[in-house]
Amino acid sequence: MAGAFGPPPFPFCRKLPLMTVLLLLSVILVIAGAGFFLGRGRALSRVSGNVRALHSLPGYYGWHAAIMTAMPALGILLVWLIAQPIVLERQVLPYLPADIVADSTERTLAMADVRRVAAGLDMAVSTGAMTEDEAGMIRTELTDVRSRLASVGVALGSDVKRETLQAAQAYRKSFGAAVLWRGIVVLAVALAGLALALRLTEPDFRARNRGEAVMLGVLITASSIAILTTVGIIWSMLSESLNFFSQYPASEFFFGLTWSPNFRGGSDLGFIPLLWGTMYISLVAMIVAVPLGLFTAIYLAEYASPRARAWIKPVIEIIAGIPTVVFGLFALVTVGPFLRDWFAEPFGFGNSGSSVMTAGLVIGILNIPFISSLADDIINSVPQSLRDGSYGLGATKSETVRQVILPAALPGIVGAVLLAASRAIGETMIVTMGAGAAAKLSLNPFDAMTTMTVKIVGQLTGDTDFNSPETLVAFALGITLFVITLGLNVFALWIVRKYREQYE
Amino acid sequence: MTDISTSGAAAPRPAKSILSGGREMARRNAAETRFKLYGMLAISVSLGVLAVMLWTIFSDGISAFKQAKLTFPVTLSSEVLDPAGNGLREEMTKVTTIGYGRLLSAAFKAELAAKGISTEGVSDKELADLISKDAPGVLRSEVLANPALLDTTELRSVLASGRIDGYLKGRVTRQTAERDGQISPAMLDLADRLMDAGILGTGFNSRFLTSPDASDQRPEAAGLGVAILGSAYMMLLVLVICVPLGVAASIYLEEFAPKNRWTDLVEVNISNLAAVPSIVFGILGLAVFINFAKFPQSSPLVGALVLSLMTLPTIIIATRASIRAVPPSIRDAALGVGASKMQTVFHHVLPLAAPGILTGTILGLASALGETAPLLLIGMVAFVDNYPAPPVEGFFDPATALPVQVYSWASRSDPAFIERSSGAIIVLLVFLVIMNVTAIILRRKFERRW
Repeated sequence: MAGAFGPPPFPFCRKLPLMTVLLLLSVILVIAGAGFFLGRGRALSRVSGNVRALHSLPGYYGWHAAIMTAMPALGILLVWLIAQPIVLERQVLPYLPADIVADSTERTLAMADVRRVAAGLDMAVSTGAMTEDEAGMIRTELTDVRSRLASVGVALGSDVKRETLQAAQAYRKSFGAAVLWRGIVVLAVALAGLALALRLTEPDFRARNRGEAVMLGVLITASSIAILTTVGIIWSMLSESLNFFSQYPASEFFFGLTWSPNFRGGSDLGFIPLLWGTMYISLVAMIVAVPLGLFTAIYLAEYASPRARAWIKPVIEIIAGIPTVVFGLFALVTVGPFLRDWFAEPFGFGNSGSSVMTAGLVIGILNIPFISSLADDIINSVPQSLRDGSYGLGATKSETVRQVILPAALPGIVGAVLLAASRAIGETMIVTMGAGAAAKLSLNPFDAMTTMTVKIVGQLTGDTDFNSPETLVAFALGITLFVITLGLNVFALWIVRKYREQYE
Repeated sequence: MTDISTSGAAAPRPAKSILSGGREMARRNAAETRFKLYGMLAISVSLGVLAVMLWTIFSDGISAFKQAKLTFPVTLSSEVLDPAGNGLREEMTKVTTIGYGRLLSAAFKAELAAKGISTEGVSDKELADLISKDAPGVLRSEVLANPALLDTTELRSVLASGRIDGYLKGRVTRQTAERDGQISPAMLDLADRLMDAGILGTGFNSRFLTSPDASDQRPEAAGLGVAILGSAYMMLLVLVICVPLGVAASIYLEEFAPKNRWTDLVEVNISNLAAVPSIVFGILGLAVFINFAKFPQSSPLVGALVLSLMTLPTIIIATRASIRAVPPSIRDAALGVGASKMQTVFHHVLPLAAPGILTGTILGLASALGETAPLLLIGMVAFVDNYPAPPVEGFFDPATALPVQVYSWASRSDPAFIERSSGAIIVLLVFLVIMNVTAIILRRKFERRW
C-alpha cells in the first residue's frame, strides 16, 4: 500500500512540524481569547461602565478584538504553510545536479531523498545521537551517513550522495529558520491586529456591524463548500483522465471490447465489458427492486391500516440504514453459494458463487426501501378526490390504483426508478464482494462479471504506479460513472418537474 | 345517507350488484384479492430477506465473541527467558517469541503427561500447533512488562489455534480435518479429551474488541481494536468538520441568501452531491488529499475529510428543514424588539432548531460510520496492527475502520475470518442501533409542533 503514490514527506518528519503548528495555533487562540476580554474591558472603560453610551453591546467589542487578532494571523499561517515547501525546494535545488533538476520526476524523487535524510538528521539530533553542530557538519567523504543514521533507527534505502547530504543540511537550516520566522511573523501579526482593534475601540465604533459582516462572510464561505467539492471532484478526475487519455487512446477505451490490464504494459483497457457488467447487474437489480418496492408502497399507501403502516414502514427502512458492506458479506456468504448450489449448478449455468444474479438480487433488495419510500410519498400526494371519484364510478381499490393513481403518479415513479437505477450503477461494496472480478461480455446471468466500480477499487488499491495507464484508467472510469449517475439524476428530476400533474 | 339506503331497499333488487354480481364481478374481486396479495407478498419478501440476512450474520458472527482457550500451569523459567540471569529488560528482549513458544509447548506437554492424557497419534509438533501462534507473543510482552513474573508458576489461559476454535464452534469437522494441513482427526480426538479434562474450554473473547488485526495464519487473534479506534477518530473529526460547516451553510441558504444565480448553483450542487456515488468521493480524496495535499495515506484525518464531504449534503438538508420549521413569528418578534438579523438567527432560530439539527447530524454520522467504498481508495484497507497514537497525532497515523475491517476479513481465504467479519458487523450494527435509537429518542423528546 504505502509508497503507491510517491513518497509522502510525512512518515519521518511530520511530528515535529505538526507540534510546532499546533503550538502556534494554540498561542494565537490564547491571544485571541485575551483579546476578547481586553476589547470588552476597554470598551467598558471608555464609557466608564455606562453601557448605553456604547454603539454595540460590550461583548461585540470583545469579539471584534478577538477576530482582528485571530483572522489575519490564521490567514498568514495558512498561506505560509502552503508556500513554505515550495520556497524551501527553491532554496535546496541549487545543491542538486542540474540534470536532475531539469526532469520533474527525478526532481520529486531527489527532493523526497533530501527530506528523508533531513528527517533522519533531525531524528539523530532529537535522540541525542548527534549534536546539532555535528549534523550540520558531517560529510559523506568522512562518515558513512547511512549507517550512522541506521544506528539511530532511520533506515535509508540507499547510500547518501554528497549533494543530497549537502542539500539536506541546507534544507534543515532553511527549515529551522522558516519555522522560527513563521512563529515571529504570525505572532507579530496577531499582536498588531489586537493593538489595532483596541485602538479602534471607541464608544461610537460599530463593532456589531463589523462582527456581523465577518460572520456573514463565514456563512457564505461555508455554503460554497458544496461548489468547491463539485469543482474538486471534476478537476481531480478530469486532470487525471486527460493524463490517461494522453497515454491511452480514448477511442480504444470507450469502444474496446476486452479488459485485460497488465502492469508490465500492453494492456487492453476496453470499457465496454465493464459497462455491460454494470448495466446487466443494474438491470437485474431493478427487475427485483421495482416490483417489490412499488407493491410495498402501494400496499402501505392504500391498503395497510394506520397501525400496520406505523410498524411496517420503519422496519422496511431499516434496510436502507444497514451499511452496504453488510449486504456485500450477505451476497458473498449466503446468496452466492445458495444460487450456485440450487440454480447455477443443477441447471448447468456454471459454478461461480459470485455472479450477476448474486449482486443484482442483493442490490435489488437494498433498493426496495429507496423506491418504496419515494413511491409512497408520491402516491400519498395524489389527491383523495381522484380516489373518491374512481370509487364513485364503481371501481375496486386495485382498479383505482392501476387506472387512476398510478397514471397520476407515473412521472414521480419513473423519477424514483431512475434515481434507484443511478444508485444501483454507483453501488460498490456489493458488486466488489458479490459480482466477481472477470470482465466478460456474456449473457449468462450466473457468470461472474465485473463493473466500473469494482475496477475503480481494483486499480486504485494495491501497489500501483501512479503514472501508468493501468492506474489512471480508474479516473477515466470514475468520471464516466460520475457523468452517467449525474445524467440519470438530472434526467429524473427533469421528468418529475416536467410531467408533474398540478393539483390544487 | 339513510334515506338513500331505505329508498334503495324499497326498490326491486337489481339484477347485478357489486356484492352478489355474476362472473364479471367475481373476476374483478379476485383481481382485487390478488392485487392486495401481491402487496403483502412484496412486503413479506423484503422483510423475509432482511430477517434471513440478519439471522445469518448473527448466527455466523456471535461465535466471534467466544474463543477456545487452553488453561494449564506455566513456569516462566528464568533459564530460558533470561539467559543472562540479571533480570534486565534489554537482555531479556533477546529471547524471541520462538523461545516463549518452546516454553509454552513444553509446559503444555508436561501438563498432559501429569494429567495422564494420552497423546496417541499426535506428534510433538502437532501438539505445539494446538496452541495459537499468537500466544508466545502475548506471553513475551507480558513478561517483558513485568520481569518479576520470572520463575513463578501460574495457571495461564492461552488462545487455542484457529482450527481447534473452529472445531469447538462446529466449523471444523473430522471430514474437513482429513484434508487440512493444519489439523488432523487425531488432534481433534485429543481436543475432545482435553475438553473432558477441563484444559480446553471456551470463554468470552474480550480481545476481539480490543486487540489489533492479525495476520492470515492467526485468525483466532484478530481483533477490532484498531478499527474501532479508527472509526471513533473519524466520527469525531467528521463531527468537528461537518456540524459547523453544515450549520453555517444552512443558515446562510435559509436566512440570508438572496435569490440569485449563485444561490441556485449552490442548491443544485448540494442536491446533486447527495446523489453522487460514494466511490467518487474516494477518488476525490485520493487525488486531492493524498496526491495533491500529501496527507498521510490510511490516516483517520483523510478518511474523515472524505466522509465529511459525503455527509455534508445530508446534514445541510436536515438542518435546513429544521430551520425552516421554526415559525416566522419567532423571527418577527425578535426583529420587532430590535435584534439584528444575525442576532435573531443565533439567539432565537438556531436554539429552536437545535434538536432537529442534532437528530439530522446523528443520522448523517450513522451513515458515515457504515461507509466503506471511499475508505478503500484512500488506503484504509491496509493491514494495520499498531494502535494509532492518542489524538491529535493519532489522526495522522495509519488506521482502519469498522466497515473496512469487515471487508478485508471477508476477502481472506481462511473461513475463520468470515466468523470474524460477521462479528465485526454485529459490533458495527450495535453502534448504528445506538445512534439511531438516540436520534429517535431525541426527536420524540424535543419534537415541537408549532
